[in-house]
Amino acid sequence: MPIEIPTDKWPGTVRTITLGATAAEGGTRARTVTVGGEKTMPFMQFEGEIPNSPVVAIEIKDRRPEDWSPLLLQAWGEAAADPASWAKAAEAAGAELIQLSLTLTDAAGQPITPQGAVASVKAVLQATGLPLLVFGPGQAELDNQLMVAIAEATKGERLALGICEDKNYRTIVATAMANGHLVTARTPMDVNLAKQLNILISDMGFPMERILMDPTTGALGYGIEYGFSAMERLRLAALQGDSMTQLPMIVTPGFEAWKAKESKVGTGVPEAWGAWEERAIHWETLTTITLLESGADIVVLRHPASVKLVKSAIADLMTAPQAA
Amino acid sequence: MALSGIQIYKLLPQTNCKECGFPTCLAFAMKLAAKQVELSVCPYVTEASKTQLAESSAPPIHLVSLKSNGYEVKAGNEVVLFRHEKTYYNKPGLFVRVLDSEAPAAIQAKIAALDAFKVNYVGIDLTVDGFAVASVSGNAGVFAEAVKTVRQASKRPLILMSRDPQIMAAGLEALKGETPLLYGADADNWEAMAELAKQHNAALGVIANSLESLADLTEKIKAKGLEDLVVDPGGRSFAQALTLGTQIRRLSIKKNFRPLGFPVISFPGDAGNPGLEAMLAAQSIAKYAGFIVVDTTSPAALYPLLVLRQNVYTDPQKPIQVQPGVYEINNPKPEDPVLVTTNFSITYFSVANEVEGSGLPAWLVVADAEGMSVLTAWAAGKFDAERIAKAIKGFNVADKISRKRIVIPGHVAVLSGELEEELPGWEIRVGPREAVDLPAFMKQAL
Repeated sequence: MPIEIPTDKWPGTVRTITLGATAAEGGTRARTVTVGGEKTMPFMQFEGEIPNSPVVAIEIKDRRPEDWSPLLLQAWGEAAADPASWAKAAEAAGAELIQLSLTLTDAAGQPITPQGAVASVKAVLQATGLPLLVFGPGQAELDNQLMVAIAEATKGERLALGICEDKNYRTIVATAMANGHLVTARTPMDVNLAKQLNILISDMGFPMERILMDPTTGALGYGIEYGFSAMERLRLAALQGDSMTQLPMIVTPGFEAWKAKESKVGTGVPEAWGAWEERAIHWETLTTITLLESGADIVVLRHPASVKLVKSAIADLMTAPQAA
Repeated sequence: MALSGIQIYKLLPQTNCKECGFPTCLAFAMKLAAKQVELSVCPYVTEASKTQLAESSAPPIHLVSLKSNGYEVKAGNEVVLFRHEKTYYNKPGLFVRVLDSEAPAAIQAKIAALDAFKVNYVGIDLTVDGFAVASVSGNAGVFAEAVKTVRQASKRPLILMSRDPQIMAAGLEALKGETPLLYGADADNWEAMAELAKQHNAALGVIANSLESLADLTEKIKAKGLEDLVVDPGGRSFAQALTLGTQIRRLSIKKNFRPLGFPVISFPGDAGNPGLEAMLAAQSIAKYAGFIVVDTTSPAALYPLLVLRQNVYTDPQKPIQVQPGVYEINNPKPEDPVLVTTNFSITYFSVANEVEGSGLPAWLVVADAEGMSVLTAWAAGKFDAERIAKAIKGFNVADKISRKRIVIPGHVAVLSGELEEELPGWEIRVGPREAVDLPAFMKQAL
């Protein structure tokens, strides 16, 4: 029997955002990455256009992190000793974007300085041609100092600067505006809070085409259902025409999954949890696929084995049957 | 789709006799549409109308229940496309497949281990739901033997997999008085398979490679008097499984399209790669499968899948909470530290597990934050200085301890000033943001 599949005629479209700038565009990147532009729910290409594939970013640190799981340190090995070699290894592992997360103190325990942060960013820009996201260590005043220095030293590169939160966004937005960068806006798993922060940022005169939205998600087992539903609701709102939610979403399943005990540690856990490394990779990839299918445009991962699996799933999903 | 009040009104006698207790038939129809009254209170409604109304109020996805020896696995009865619209109801059954070509001793060992597999998550014991036995030998005797072996090693519900009715019949001989799923019926064998399902009171899997041919087949099988069907629309890639699963769910929910209003069965293991298999199974959980047949036997894969299923099927209308109060971890003494967190169950278990695992004694004060996690509760004003102070005072924490000092989560460091005002005489310490860092913090800073 003939079947007519119900489809929605969505009035809204997610904004298209480009990260990175080539030499011709005022930067130094070998290539740029464009995300967003969806006219339908994730991968529903029988209904509407998905012009840009979701992309995988790999998170690296400015120095070897002490609090990361031994599995991750083992996977990156010597490369993790400095950000430039780590960025190269990440690119070789399949990263389409690099996320550099800055650490509060250097290896000797000295507090991070703007000069030090700029040096790390420049080293990464030298080492890879991929577009870059830079996240501060997460202390408002310090983040602001670092981001201003970084933004000025890399003017025109279209970096994504993070993290803007409702309590601390003005300085980062202002410096991104002055220096031709993007920002990421993070809110805790709530549609209205996400929307509110986007409004605050755009009220400063910052173009919406330069905001990535991080709705935060929780890991598998640690509240992922909240993130999942907040993201589905945000994307539905965007498609229904709510301009302040029409932003590509960046999520950090690598960070979320690897802070879960299930991934982080291998001893002193129940036997029923199974083999550590296998479990840890599943934890990261299952968190990621769930978020991709609720609307993520950029997924930031940590383990190279997860990157490979996730990229293969994304490539598959992008072959979904298209509208006639 | 449920009928509107006006559509129901047209099926009523329209005499306004008032015997139902409502002033007019239209008023009664409106109440019926809102599901606030039963049709049976109308003494004059015709049989034809009754049938039509019952049909329209039947769930858009038929409930299919597999049973054996006191176990039951239910799928179907779902009413929404997105869990935030209401909730998802019946968690998809997770079945592990064995092949009849494997040695009986190997099957026995595998099934016994999986049958006993049990993993605790937030106080709930999670297990696999049952097993699928697949005929690849093409031999009825071998298949029957494999089914017998599985049945001896586990009492959980089974899915029997063969397209050959004779092999299927042989397998069924080993299963008496239970409801397995027969997988399955296709365009060639459906009459014989439907007959077997009927004889044995089994559910039937229906296989086709397009939605159109699938709908044709379910209609033919329904005409034979079978209702408990499970559908396999064919797609095995991420893209196809997601597209077909979504299209079937939409047809059911939005159009009440009966020919496809059945639970979907998926086979992530057909990907042939354990990493992709787990991700495909995860996709099946969030996007609409009713039964999931995996090939992995690895706890490292089953555990995250069972947790994901638990998460996605949590009712968003009611967060899982633990009772607010003071929890004693590792037999604390009066001088041991007091930690504060919220009563969202996952938050509580994360904190409690970390502290318990460290072996360090502590008093864990769980404040009533209406079942929200620390950040969410803080953002919503449900975990502020006032609430924390209320918990400390209300649970008489001061009577149990000798040192008036509390540790609050790092995410709510901003509350420490206000808390000092709310709790005079107490020392307020800011702990780490994540539970996983608590043991180190307790060792170094307390």
